[in-house]
Amino acid sequence: MDTSLLFDNAIVLLPEIVLAVGVMVLMMVDIGLMAEPENRTQRRKDAKAPREQNSAALLSGLTVVILLLSVGAALFIWSRPPAEYLGGAVSDGFALSARLIVLLAGIFGVLLSRNYLPAIERQSGAYYSLLILAVIGMMLMGTATNLIVLFIALEIFSLALYILSGFYRESARSIEAAMKYFLLGAFASAFFVYGSALLYGAGGSANYVRIHETLSSGGGNPSLVLPGIALLLVGFGFKVSLVPFHMWTPDVYQGAPTPVTAFMSVGTKAAAFAGFFRVMMTALPSLYDQWAVLLAVLAALTMTVGNLTALRQSSVKRMLAYSSVAHAGNILIALVAGTAAASSAALFYLFAYAFMNIGAFAVIVALERTGEGDVAQSRFDGIAERFPALAAAMAVFMLSLSGMPPLAGFFGKFLVFKAGVEAGWSWLVVIGVLNSAISAYYYLRVVVAMYFSDAESEPARNTGAGLNFSVTVAAVAVIVIGLQPGLWTGLLRGLGI
Amino acid sequence: MSFLLSILTFLPVVGAIIVLLAPSDGLKKGLAFSATIATFVVSLLLLPGWQEIPDMQFVERYAWMPDLDIYYYLGVDGISLWLVLLTTLLMPIAVAFSNQHIKESVGSYLALMLLMETAMLGVFLALDLVLFYVFWEFSLVPMALLIGKWGSQNRIYAAVKFFLYTLAGSALMLVAILALYFHAGTFDLLALQSAGLPPGVQQLAFLAFALAFAIKTPLFPFHTWLPAAHVQAPTAGSVVLAGVLLKMGTYGFLRFALPLFPVATSNYASLISVLAIVGILYGALVALAQRDLKSLVAYSSVAHMGFVILGIFALNEQGISGAVLQMVNHGLSTGALFLLVGMLYERRHTRLLSEYGGLWASVPIFSFFFLVVAMSSAGLPGLNGFVGEFTILLGTYASNPLFAVLGVTGIILAAWYLLHAFRQVAQGALENPANFKENLPDLNWAEIGQLAPIVLLFFAIGLAPNFFLSKINPSVAALEVVQSKAPAVVWQIEP
Repeated sequence: MDTSLLFDNAIVLLPEIVLAVGVMVLMMVDIGLMAEPENRTQRRKDAKAPREQNSAALLSGLTVVILLLSVGAALFIWSRPPAEYLGGAVSDGFALSARLIVLLAGIFGVLLSRNYLPAIERQSGAYYSLLILAVIGMMLMGTATNLIVLFIALEIFSLALYILSGFYRESARSIEAAMKYFLLGAFASAFFVYGSALLYGAGGSANYVRIHETLSSGGGNPSLVLPGIALLLVGFGFKVSLVPFHMWTPDVYQGAPTPVTAFMSVGTKAAAFAGFFRVMMTALPSLYDQWAVLLAVLAALTMTVGNLTALRQSSVKRMLAYSSVAHAGNILIALVAGTAAASSAALFYLFAYAFMNIGAFAVIVALERTGEGDVAQSRFDGIAERFPALAAAMAVFMLSLSGMPPLAGFFGKFLVFKAGVEAGWSWLVVIGVLNSAISAYYYLRVVVAMYFSDAESEPARNTGAGLNFSVTVAAVAVIVIGLQPGLWTGLLRGLGI
Repeated sequence: MSFLLSILTFLPVVGAIIVLLAPSDGLKKGLAFSATIATFVVSLLLLPGWQEIPDMQFVERYAWMPDLDIYYYLGVDGISLWLVLLTTLLMPIAVAFSNQHIKESVGSYLALMLLMETAMLGVFLALDLVLFYVFWEFSLVPMALLIGKWGSQNRIYAAVKFFLYTLAGSALMLVAILALYFHAGTFDLLALQSAGLPPGVQQLAFLAFALAFAIKTPLFPFHTWLPAAHVQAPTAGSVVLAGVLLKMGTYGFLRFALPLFPVATSNYASLISVLAIVGILYGALVALAQRDLKSLVAYSSVAHMGFVILGIFALNEQGISGAVLQMVNHGLSTGALFLLVGMLYERRHTRLLSEYGGLWASVPIFSFFFLVVAMSSAGLPGLNGFVGEFTILLGTYASNPLFAVLGVTGIILAAWYLLHAFRQVAQGALENPANFKENLPDLNWAEIGQLAPIVLLFFAIGLAPNFFLSKINPSVAALEVVQSKAPAVVWQIEP
């Protein structure tokens, strides 16, 4: 191969390249800090602050800078015409929006991680490097136009997340979560790779557009295509937590350190959906009639099972895990609709979801006691008295998640449902709105606990600049997007695929 | 283009923000009251420039989500005018009452009341289906919080039931709105009216809209949330709930169901009328059996709102004009009844009828107001209730005499339960020492000030109904379902 090709359009991957270089810098800085002699950091007045504290602050700050640089790189290539890199990655509006959502989740994840766990403080170099690696993989998911790149992206972020979710080593639940996630995830990856192989066999190429060309011109081996799609669906279904592939979600969400849960709940969803949309809509549109029905059934099942199970949870993290299952069902309606408007509606939904879901997890971080790793519903009792701003923010997140106007979540649902009706999937949309009504019950329960119940004896609250900043930004974003949705739909117009 | 309607709608929000920032409770109360009074004054500005035409007036239209044809689109016509004024009139009264009695979290309470006002005004003014839906759904949040935080013993159950019941009811309306867009390519109410939707779409969309409105109204058998919410809500909450919030349901029928789905409306008119009559009789009989004064008023709302529905689904000009006027009447008289119950409750901390009796001797001013309000609610000629109910019955008789006969039974029952309540409270022997003059102070000037404007309007509407009906009629006469009927004789009372 001509090596000059290697650099043509390499700018397509600039945001990922920035991050990859950043990870290396981060690791070197980490090594440097470890080698630093004790006495140099002793200049700090606070004698109690151990050496790790200072280096953790430095490393997390550096991570935020690296992620922001990547945001800058993404915005920079947004200003240029879309280009494709070696038939494996593309820089169109859809990919860039998905990347920005992932980066947003990553930045919030870092901000929430400060002072959260001693383990994170001790090994912050490893922790933040893994987080950036996960972001790289997630960003590649929506960018990939090739099944092999897609699989590599999937594995990069999955492996990083397996480790991150087990980072709370003192907690058996965290270890269990990591183990469960790893075993089931490896299993799902196997399905995924099998499906890719079959599609490669049927389409004669790993590139989406070529697969589409072969399949739509009547070529390819049909006995390979449908099993291929089915296996691929299992892989994606696992990553975005569709029923019946959602079993890992509550355990992992509950067991993982809460900042990791916040990051992966949004990042994984955005990344996997971006990849899912691109495969289905650029490689397999000629088989729409076959897969749309299948996905519609999965969407109905996912929304219903997710919401009904969420009703019965007493841990807020588990409740949010099932709620994320239900939201995956909602977003899947957009894929079932299969139009360009639907995929840009899904982007809007994911943007809204990023703010409201991370905001909700940030509030959980604020209420968690050190080393607890989880928060029961009762912890929210009466916190409106003690922490009115925190409670108001949580109320905004809960109402937005339930789809109450005029908040961001409502317009996400509105756009997705609109796309569904326009594509002729009214029955699915009816199931969607009924599920919305069901979901209001468990979101409302948190609001009721905060405002109407009597306070627990001594409610505690963690503070921290990053934490407070995250909660504030997320709440403001949810309200502003809700009041001025036109600005965002304007930005996302035409970005669908 | 004037900004009057936007100022009107969002003035309370501005008030809410200022109230939350104000340093002391006293200041918060004063500011909240001023905000509602200012809103009322702004709403009065609608009257001088009012034209008696069927069209929307004071229209404002800006692109809100231009990519999706969603507009910020407000307008007011004869159907919504008096409901807007009813809202802006009842709010200062409700706030004034609350200012005397609310002690906990004053700032949040008043801010929620003001947000509530914006939501209700938005519902009455929105002409874009999405904008309407946003206001409609949003109105649930402040009311549920008001009930759940400041209500009586069973408040959380009542708040959650209220919230979920009405939320579930309007879920399908969203699908119907999307389906209308799919068929007509617009969310603009006026454009949709002339779009001529296919009958099949009309049937399904009508059912989806009707479910949301029937729950809000509430139409029998969707009324079960109402007694719970009313009895548990704080007094001002009940005033707003009964006075304005329920009208959102009947207004919805008039503004959306009738003009958008004329074919389906005609098909379902009889069924809905029957449900309305069942509601009238059922509500009245249950009211008669109540031992709690507030429950009695709550069930009377079910009966009275049944009357409004009956008038709307007579589908002729008298029926609908009477229904619009009766919405206002019910808002005034039931609002006043809840205020009176609240005033009594704040003194005695009980609402059981058996605790009272002979109050005329100890609190004559209270008893006088109670009598006038009960008479208004029962439809005594000369007062507002009579005009509304009589006009509705005329319309109903023209479309179905049997319905009118059954409806009249409801009026008789209403007189019965209201006089029964009055007798139990004010007449008879003054036996309970807690009710003696020295233990039970009569209404003070502030309370008289809260009731007086309402009572004056009883007489104004009762004696000069034309002033009100002449603004309602043109918009009602322009409805397609009305025009398709043979022109009816227009009945008007000359004072």
